[in-house]
Amino acid sequence: MIDFVQLVVSGLATGAIYALVAIGFALLWQTSNAVNFAQGEFVMLPAFVVLALIKAFDLPLWLAAAIALVVAVVIMGGLFKRAIVDAILPQGAMTLAIATIGLAVAMKNGVRAGYSAEAHPFPALFPVEPIRILGVGFSLADIGALVLAGVAIGGLSLFLAHTLAGRQMQAAAQNRDAALSLGIDVDRMALYTFGINAALATVAALLVTPSYLAKFDMGESLGLYAFYAAIIGGFNRVLGALWGGLIVGVLSNLAGAYLSASYKDGFVLALLIVVILFRPEGLFGSSEERKV
Amino acid sequence: MNIVRIATVALAFATLASAPSFGQQTVRLTNVCELSGPGTTAGTLWRNGVNLAIKEINAQGGILGRKIEITTVDTQTKPDVAKSLAEKMLDEKPYVMLGPVFSGSVKVNMVVAEQAGIPQFMGGEAADLTLQGNPFLFRTAFSQATGMPKVAAWIANGLKAKTIALVWINNDFGKGGRDAVKRELAARGVNVVADISTEPAAADYAAAVVRAKQSGADALFAYLTEEESARLLIELRKQGYDKPIVGETTIMGQKVIELAGGAAEGVRGHVGLTVDAPVPLIQAFAKRYLDEYKSASDHNGMKGYTAVYFVKAVTEKLGKFDPKAFAAAMKGLKLSAKDHPGILMDVSFDDKGDIDRESFLVEVKNGKQTVIEVLPPLGKK
Amino acid sequence: MTAGRWRLLGVLVLIAVLLAFPFFLRNYGLNLYARWALIAAAGIGLNLTVGYAGQVSLGHAAFLGFGAYLSAFAIKAGWTMWPAIPAAALLCFVVGLALGFPALRVQHHYLAFATLGFNALVFLAMRNEEWLTGGNYGIQRILRPVVFGWSLRDSFSYAYVCLGVLAVIAAIAWWILRSPWGRAFAALRDNPIRAESLGVNVRAYTLLAFAIGGALAGIAGVFFAPLIGYIDPHMFSGLVSIDLLLIVIVGGSGRFIGPLLGAAVGVLLPEWLRFMGDWYLVAFGALVLALMAWCPTGLAGLPERVATLLRPAPRDPAERAT
Repeated sequence: MIDFVQLVVSGLATGAIYALVAIGFALLWQTSNAVNFAQGEFVMLPAFVVLALIKAFDLPLWLAAAIALVVAVVIMGGLFKRAIVDAILPQGAMTLAIATIGLAVAMKNGVRAGYSAEAHPFPALFPVEPIRILGVGFSLADIGALVLAGVAIGGLSLFLAHTLAGRQMQAAAQNRDAALSLGIDVDRMALYTFGINAALATVAALLVTPSYLAKFDMGESLGLYAFYAAIIGGFNRVLGALWGGLIVGVLSNLAGAYLSASYKDGFVLALLIVVILFRPEGLFGSSEERKV
Repeated sequence: MNIVRIATVALAFATLASAPSFGQQTVRLTNVCELSGPGTTAGTLWRNGVNLAIKEINAQGGILGRKIEITTVDTQTKPDVAKSLAEKMLDEKPYVMLGPVFSGSVKVNMVVAEQAGIPQFMGGEAADLTLQGNPFLFRTAFSQATGMPKVAAWIANGLKAKTIALVWINNDFGKGGRDAVKRELAARGVNVVADISTEPAAADYAAAVVRAKQSGADALFAYLTEEESARLLIELRKQGYDKPIVGETTIMGQKVIELAGGAAEGVRGHVGLTVDAPVPLIQAFAKRYLDEYKSASDHNGMKGYTAVYFVKAVTEKLGKFDPKAFAAAMKGLKLSAKDHPGILMDVSFDDKGDIDRESFLVEVKNGKQTVIEVLPPLGKK
Repeated sequence: MTAGRWRLLGVLVLIAVLLAFPFFLRNYGLNLYARWALIAAAGIGLNLTVGYAGQVSLGHAAFLGFGAYLSAFAIKAGWTMWPAIPAAALLCFVVGLALGFPALRVQHHYLAFATLGFNALVFLAMRNEEWLTGGNYGIQRILRPVVFGWSLRDSFSYAYVCLGVLAVIAAIAWWILRSPWGRAFAALRDNPIRAESLGVNVRAYTLLAFAIGGALAGIAGVFFAPLIGYIDPHMFSGLVSIDLLLIVIVGGSGRFIGPLLGAAVGVLLPEWLRFMGDWYLVAFGALVLALMAWCPTGLAGLPERVATLLRPAPRDPAERAT
């Protein structure tokens, strides 16, 4: 029983991070129909910005993180939207997807060649010292990841549901033409979602890097799991992606411990395929389909 | 318009066929290693070691009066690219080929070096590499078939463990090591009660640690690459794992200690090459490396560094640059660090290309790898 | 001359250049050339699925893998690789039919991730089932064939073998596209609902698009194993599928010449960029990004794109905005 709780707790902490990455991914899809294959690299880059700032100017973590957040929102939010997405998206989602693959390759190798090919330790936002309660080991960092992910996602849901800008963003996502006719600045709303995506990715970077370590290719598997989480949970609801992340985190732990270590990813993949085939809107998504 | 397309393709192809010629005053080496993809960290340290050695040798006048000229190319950790590049580099007739570090890539491009008759010093540790009768292939580190018996013997006799849990990374490195150690442990009566594979680049090691704990084994043997080792150690500590943790080379490495912080404390095991060995030559090397690259070397840096010095030592012994004679001279070769300080430790090569030298039992204490026992070379026993 | 004659002349010149090329190459160039030919051949298969039938697939590397493993099994069993060709074509056709089923229900990114999930499962099986595939160790020393006493083992001969494979697969694809099947594929891509109303069996053709595309890649895979002489599961992972999709789109999806150009980008461009040292893959990524931004129809659409630029005034003012 203790083991089971342990697996669930660890899985939730890991899943919360997948969820943060997955939500941004789902947001971009909703508002812009953009599939961003560089999503994992969007987590990697802020981590290295923080490291570089600490190394170069000896800044405290919170200040470096704040600067990284601003840099991320400007570059991975604004610049990415204006310079890449706006230029390519009119040519089709597939063209943009391939362009983001190119972007991912360039980002990964840029950090490798320009900064370091090695893994680096990363300062922890929350203490990583283990705590043990009733035999279950965890750290404040795990709790912090869950809480912060919950706060970020809950806050986002509230923002979307209860503020004017949030409701305009939802309207723009659900029906672009109707939103336009209501006088909503659809393009500006889309720009906001790109900023939010970049901010969430930065938060994910701060949470995952202390245990996952900063490395140029850290985004590869992180991005992939986030895709799985987004689809399993549901693309068209913010909470869907949260559930998706948590399910992926817990399922792979339980499968790894009780079923098969070497096939544990297989269970996640099988769930992914079953969800796509029988409930493409996701386990927790709403069934209205935006696009034909 | 078709003409334009064809011209583009043709022009593009034409650039493939360029051919620099063999220099007179220099000796050309080629380094085919992993500078991107999953092998980046190992390959980069290997390259740094190689380049540091070349810089030193050239500063002292080169080999037999010739400066070394090195061409380094990136395999992207892809076997097919490693093969293509070996062909490209060997078309230019280098004296010796260095690399790659990952065994999968070595398996593919060792055939090319063999056909070209060019000696190859590689960093791969898979046991089967030197069992194929390739007279041009030489190791720079222990084969898993050499390292694992030493660590298994220590688990059985030193730790007196009766049962053990294996945690390994599910790629060719981890699988090779797991197969080798499982065999050696069985031969010494140590029972493997949990055999746990983990995914490369995994984020969550909770499941692996839970299974290791449930097995109730006397000790845990971990065989993973550096970052994965660090993550596993962090999770072991988090779940309060209290049995001995044993490893082979990687998990006691300085990089893992740095990455895992306190979680690496108390890990013990066998190390073939370590910058923390109580050997003055190695400690001087570690310092030079640190000064040059602003980060610490590990065994891969030492492999690359010594590889170049092996080339120098053997060539000076022969008194000429002759790849075939070079390969022949490697058989049963013994070199002492007193005569050739660059090789860092006394070594001998057997007729298969396997390397033998002293190795170390170490423990991580106070954030440092500490040698608890120096093991003699296998050949001396 | 008419456009048709220009096209014929272009094809003849292309064939002549491709035939002459190996004479100017050494080992490295020959094997790169052979790899280009096989990746282009696999790309032609994927282009049928993606470019002509409009079905996204990120599972194509699995088919390449099926072909490669069957070929390795056949060679290791002491037969030649030839029986692996029909076996691979058949296996990939059947698996392709199965992979097509998600496409009947979902499209776009859902389909992309369903097929990527399939590829990842295939990878796990190839890696874990060591008794069959050699697992992580892979299969080593896969020898190239000898035909009627004529050795195809040297890189020069094998480059022509691979060129031959490309030619045959291109010919099959050409024939399919000219047949009623090809027109059905195009109808499916352009407007499935209209295609249905015109009497095209959408279900059957969707499945066929995957099956035929897969079978062609499987055949290319059979020749891939002896080219490298070694295979392991990582050579057929989902990441490779992503590369293959990139090759088709960058070359020009739905254009016959597209995969040939795209394979040149995927296989050869990183090699040409190596003079940039540590930064060569950054340049590669940036070039792909720039190409997609500037010429979304891919390399095959480049001449038209240049022509548009050279034309003094765009006929449609909207064009200026792009």
